Amino acid sequence: MAPTLTIEPLSTVKVTKGKVATVTIKASLPEGYHANSNKPTYSYLIPLTLKWNPGPLQMDSIAYPAGITERYGFQLPTDKPLSVVTGQFSITTKFKVPADAPSGPAAETGTLRYQACDNKACYPPKNVPVNVTVSVE
Amino acid sequence: MAILLATFGAGTFVWTFGHHDEPAVKAAVKDPNERKTAPDFELKDASGKIVRLSDYKGKVVLLDFWATWCGPCNIEIPWFTEFQRKYKDRGFEVLGVSMDDDGWKAVTPFVAEKKINYRVVLGNDQTGDLYGGVEALPTTFVIDREGKIASVHLGLSGKNEFEAAIEKLLDGAGPSDNVEARRKSGGA
Repeated sequence: MAPTLTIEPLSTVKVTKGKVATVTIKASLPEGYHANSNKPTYSYLIPLTLKWNPGPLQMDSIAYPAGITERYGFQLPTDKPLSVVTGQFSITTKFKVPADAPSGPAAETGTLRYQACDNKACYPPKNVPVNVTVSVE
Repeated sequence: MAILLATFGAGTFVWTFGHHDEPAVKAAVKDPNERKTAPDFELKDASGKIVRLSDYKGKVVLLDFWATWCGPCNIEIPWFTEFQRKYKDRGFEVLGVSMDDDGWKAVTPFVAEKKINYRVVLGNDQTGDLYGGVEALPTTFVIDREGKIASVHLGLSGKNEFEAAIEKLLDGAGPSDNVEARRKSGGA
């Protein structure tokens, strides 16, 4: 059965005009599954990626979890270990808050894309919606 | 080693967990009278030609649902290339159904790099649904000469397991594979 990546609900993030705001997403995969990290070992593998839609804040940078390197039963002895994420992990985004951003609540939306496998099979890539409510002050 | 009994469309199999030398799914070849017809489909190959599963009737077919981004699939593909070469003259064909969203852009260079010597078509969710909802890759069906599913392999399976199924079905030589079933049903 395909694993479901879950994202911990985020509380409203307070941000200040003209400053940099940090948003951390906490995600988790069920035990026994892994997803490729943002920098997979092989180019044909699908990386973990977070994409933000245009919103009131300006996306500055995204820090992905450093992948752990693991070997799996489906690999040949000559294959390199895979760079993966397992269990709980966090992705941190820094946003620039425009000085002229409207005050009050606003939404930042995006998509977290991942492709997971277990020790014997892989599952099609999935997109998980990400929603963050910010309060601009 | 954990063992899980499960049912998948065409029948029951035993799922085992272990090193990849061991089968993920010990998919025994079903008796001819227990086999269900493999759903037909029309999909395009790299040249745009329509390929139907029914085109292969009379042959033993290894139908492999795979994707370029699937590590376990990459282990099996060289085996299937070997099977294609080894058994083609005995009435055997491998048909690969790629489930890559990126289509031929991803698949064509992969096929060239891996020197895949069998036909590959682009699949889609509808094709997967026909086969019970193919979600885990690889998922492989070994189909007899009458177009019926003889074994189902979920996840990385053992090379010997595939080969045993192919040999058995080829040795069955088509209609004679059904001799026992016909005898039981009172047929010729």
